[in-house]
Amino acid sequence: MKRKLPLIITFIIGSIVIISEFIPHRPFGTISGNLEEWFLIISGFAIILGQLSLFKVNFLKIKFKQTNWPYYVVTLVSFVVMVSFGVFWGTESSAGIFGHGYSIIATIGDKPFDYLFYNVYQHLSATMFSLLAFFIASAAYRSFIARTVESNLLLIAAVLVMLGNTSMGSALTGWLPPSLDFLHLPRVSEFIMKYPNTAGQRAIMIGAGLGLIGSSLRIILGIERSYLGGK
Amino acid sequence: MLHFFEVLGVWLAALFTFGIYSFLYKDNPFYKVSEQIFVGLSAGYWFIYTIYFILIPNLFLPLSENFGANWIKLIPAILGIMMLLRLIPSIDWISRYPVSFVIGTTAGVFFLRYLKSDVINQITATMINPFNGGDWVVVLGQILLVVGTITGVIYFYFSKKHEGAFGVTAKIGIYFLMVSFGAAFGYTAMARISLLIGRLQFLLGDWLGVITP
Repeated sequence: MKRKLPLIITFIIGSIVIISEFIPHRPFGTISGNLEEWFLIISGFAIILGQLSLFKVNFLKIKFKQTNWPYYVVTLVSFVVMVSFGVFWGTESSAGIFGHGYSIIATIGDKPFDYLFYNVYQHLSATMFSLLAFFIASAAYRSFIARTVESNLLLIAAVLVMLGNTSMGSALTGWLPPSLDFLHLPRVSEFIMKYPNTAGQRAIMIGAGLGLIGSSLRIILGIERSYLGGK
Repeated sequence: MLHFFEVLGVWLAALFTFGIYSFLYKDNPFYKVSEQIFVGLSAGYWFIYTIYFILIPNLFLPLSENFGANWIKLIPAILGIMMLLRLIPSIDWISRYPVSFVIGTTAGVFFLRYLKSDVINQITATMINPFNGGDWVVVLGQILLVVGTITGVIYFYFSKKHEGAFGVTAKIGIYFLMVSFGAAFGYTAMARISLLIGRLQFLLGDWLGVITP
C-alpha cells in the first residue's frame, strides 16, 4: 500500500495528462485542467516544505553545535526576519496581517519586505553571480589550452562571440570594405550564434528531449521508482 | 528619516557587495555571513512569494469566497498538507501520495512538452532546403545547420560503436557541439561580466558618487 498506491496514482495521473492532449474533450479536457491547477497548489506546498526543511536542518545544526554553527544562526535570523516582514506588512502588491503599513512606508520609503529585497537581496544576488566572472576567467585559462581540434574550435568560437559582442570587436574590423562585410566581427559572431551554435543546441535538445520522453514513460509505467525512496 | 533609510540601504548593499567579493581573497567570516544572509533572505523571499502569489490566489481565496463552487480544491490542499508530513520521520511515507501526484503530472506534461518543442519542432525546423536563401553566407549557414544537427544527433547515438563512417560522422558532430559550447561559454562570460560592470557602477555611482549612473 505504501509503495503500490503511489505507483498507481502516478500511472493514472500521467496517463490522463497524456490522453487529454489527444482527446481534448470531456471528461479528459476538464480533468486535465483541474490536475494542472492542483499541481500548482501542491507545488506551492512543496516549495514551503523546502523552506521548512531548510529551517529544520539549520536549527538542528545549531542545536547540536556543529562546525560553524554561528553562521547558521545568521541564516535562520535572516529567514525569520524576511518571512516576518512579509507576513506582517505584505509585499509591494499585497497586504499583510497588519495591512499595508503606510506609516512604515512613510518612514523607510518601502514596505520592510521590499526594503530588504531591493537593498540587500537583489544586491547580494547580483554580486554572487557576478563573482562567477572571475572564476569563468580562471576556468577559461585552464580549459582553453589549445591542444586538440575540439579545444581549438571551442576557444575560437568563444573568442569570436565575445569579441563580436563588444565595441572593441566592432572597431577591430570596422575598416573592412563592404565586400568583406561578412568578416566583420559582429557579423561573424552573429553567424556562429545563428548557424553552428543552433545546430549544436538543436542536436542537444533532440537528444535530451528523447531522453526526457523515455524517462517520463519509465516513471508513468512504474519502471523508474526511485522517487519513492529506498525503503 | 526617509533619507537616512535610503542612505542605509545603499550602505547595506555596498557592505554585502564587499562581503561577497572578499571571497576572491579567500574564504572568510565576512563572506560566510553575507552568504548565509543571502541563503536566509532567498528562502524567506520564496516562502512569502509562494504564499502570496500561489497559495492565496489559487487556494485560499477561491475557498473563502465561494466554497460551494471550489470545494474540490480541498483535495490538493489535503495533498499539500500530506506533503508537509515529510518533515515528521515516523509518518513521512504519507508524503509519497502527493509526491506521486506531482511526479505523475510532471511526467505527463514533460512527455508532451518535450515531444513537441524539443523533438518534433526541432526536426521540423531542420527540414529546410539549405540552398533556398539567395546570399551565399545564408546558404553556407543553412548547410552547416542541417549537417551540424544531423551529425550532432548521430554523436548522441551510443547503441552503435563510433567507428568507420559512423565514427567520422559522430566526430563531425563533436566539432559542432564544441563550437556550440564555445559560443555558449562566450555568451555566459559576457553576461557575468555585464553583471560585474553593474556592480562596479553601483559602487562607483550610487555608493561613492564618483561616476554618474
